[in-house]
Amino acid sequence: MFEAVAFYLFSFLTIAMFFIAVTTSQALYALTALAAGMIFISAFFFILGADFLGAIQIVVYSGAVMALYAFGMMFFDTTRDVKEKKGNKMIIVGLGTLAAILVVVIFATPMVADNIVAFYPMTEGVGNTQDVGMVLFTKYLIPFEVAAVMLLVAMISGIVLAGKKMDLSLTLMSDAEIKDVKKEKNKKVLS
Amino acid sequence: MDSAYLIETIIKVVVVLLVFSALAGIGTYFERKVLAFMQRRLGPMNVGPYGLLQVAADGVKLFTKEDIIPTNVVGPIFKIAPVITAATAFMAAAAIPFLPSFTLFGYEVHPIVADINVGILYILGIMGVGLYGPLLGGMASANKFSLLSAARGAAVFISYEVITGLSILAPIMMVGSLSLIDFNNYQIENGWIIFNMYGVGFVAFILFWIAAFAETGRTPFHLIANDHEIIDGFGTEYSGMRWGLFFIGEYANMFFLSFVIPLLFLGGYGDGSFLGAMALLGKVAFFFFFFLWTRAAWPDVRPDQLMWLCWKVLMPIAVINIIIAGFVMMF
Repeated sequence: MFEAVAFYLFSFLTIAMFFIAVTTSQALYALTALAAGMIFISAFFFILGADFLGAIQIVVYSGAVMALYAFGMMFFDTTRDVKEKKGNKMIIVGLGTLAAILVVVIFATPMVADNIVAFYPMTEGVGNTQDVGMVLFTKYLIPFEVAAVMLLVAMISGIVLAGKKMDLSLTLMSDAEIKDVKKEKNKKVLS
Repeated sequence: MDSAYLIETIIKVVVVLLVFSALAGIGTYFERKVLAFMQRRLGPMNVGPYGLLQVAADGVKLFTKEDIIPTNVVGPIFKIAPVITAATAFMAAAAIPFLPSFTLFGYEVHPIVADINVGILYILGIMGVGLYGPLLGGMASANKFSLLSAARGAAVFISYEVITGLSILAPIMMVGSLSLIDFNNYQIENGWIIFNMYGVGFVAFILFWIAAFAETGRTPFHLIANDHEIIDGFGTEYSGMRWGLFFIGEYANMFFLSFVIPLLFLGGYGDGSFLGAMALLGKVAFFFFFFLWTRAAWPDVRPDQLMWLCWKVLMPIAVINIIIAGFVMMF
């Protein structure tokens, strides 16, 4: 009974939060509702007994939305309404409905067809974390590594975009050129 | 789920809530006294014997003060921000074993609200959410100083979370579990983690301790609400109990982290005897005192210095520490 109560409570809260995030025209409301919705989703993981994924959901999304707040702070006065450019509303509503129906169909078809088999049932006697680890490092090892490489690429490109003078390579320059660069640097410090 | 379990859990929740709200109040008294003695003053002396009733006087003042909501703030978010700080601090406490289990009137009591098997991850995650309080309070306040403080809060958050996460990875690799009770049991057999594995545990302990100061916003990293730069930061527009809730959250967080550090690195409550429980409380008292000691002894750092420290010094050390831990465990 507790699970049912918790499930309906948190589904209502999650849907309400994301509804606010989509409909409001104030950046602060939207961001806060997004963060709250992401954290309420973790409740479903806890209800299903997937403690590890629940905790990870909280850690990852509270950090990720924090970065969005930083952008919001830079670009808007977050205490005022943002004037939105509104195009054709019917197209947005139509596409949104279509996308929602598609997602439901994609996830519901295997369930209706009774075709879902648990390949990796819970191992008795070990915790949640070990279970996730076992599946992640056996069946899903390649997607996991590819994701890691993608994150590495994103990190390096972030550093290159934000850093100064990243287009210069000291290894490709001759000694004379390096001396010139150093001289210019010293000039800037002295002036 | 039987009703005995339900009643037991509710009682535990109420006890934790009451004890640590009261401790948060008394913590402010300790802080004033400790700071005063370190600066050769007396601190609060007039209210009650030795100033002991100062806490009650402050409480009465905070509760009865008018709750002002300024005109230009974003109302709902301004109102909910202090609640987030206080509530998440106590939610994090759900996975902390405060004492070893003991028998009371023939009934075995486990002084932990919920022994979930990802304890430490849950605690750190929820404590991280606690920084949303200052952030939202600062952004909703329509005040430039508050906005500055919110920006600093975001910077602190993305800097220290990396250090806490990476520093506890090495101990987690040793123990092989995320539950704080498993950490304690591991240390009964293998000795305290800080002495384990050729100093890997010690480095992790120091890193986690430094990050704990950033997590609670205590003095070397008190830049979110530095009085001499940005007035009271996110708290500038707050009054009465809403302002008090920020403080309850901060002090409760200090107490909970003072519990978590010994449980993770310093043997916790040991074998569960009475002496072990007292030793845990002693360690907690030391770590809480250290928070106050640092405040009396150290200056604050600038935001850019904090980010430099976290990303360029502590994070490489933490990563190297994990690699060394991996090698030691393999060979």
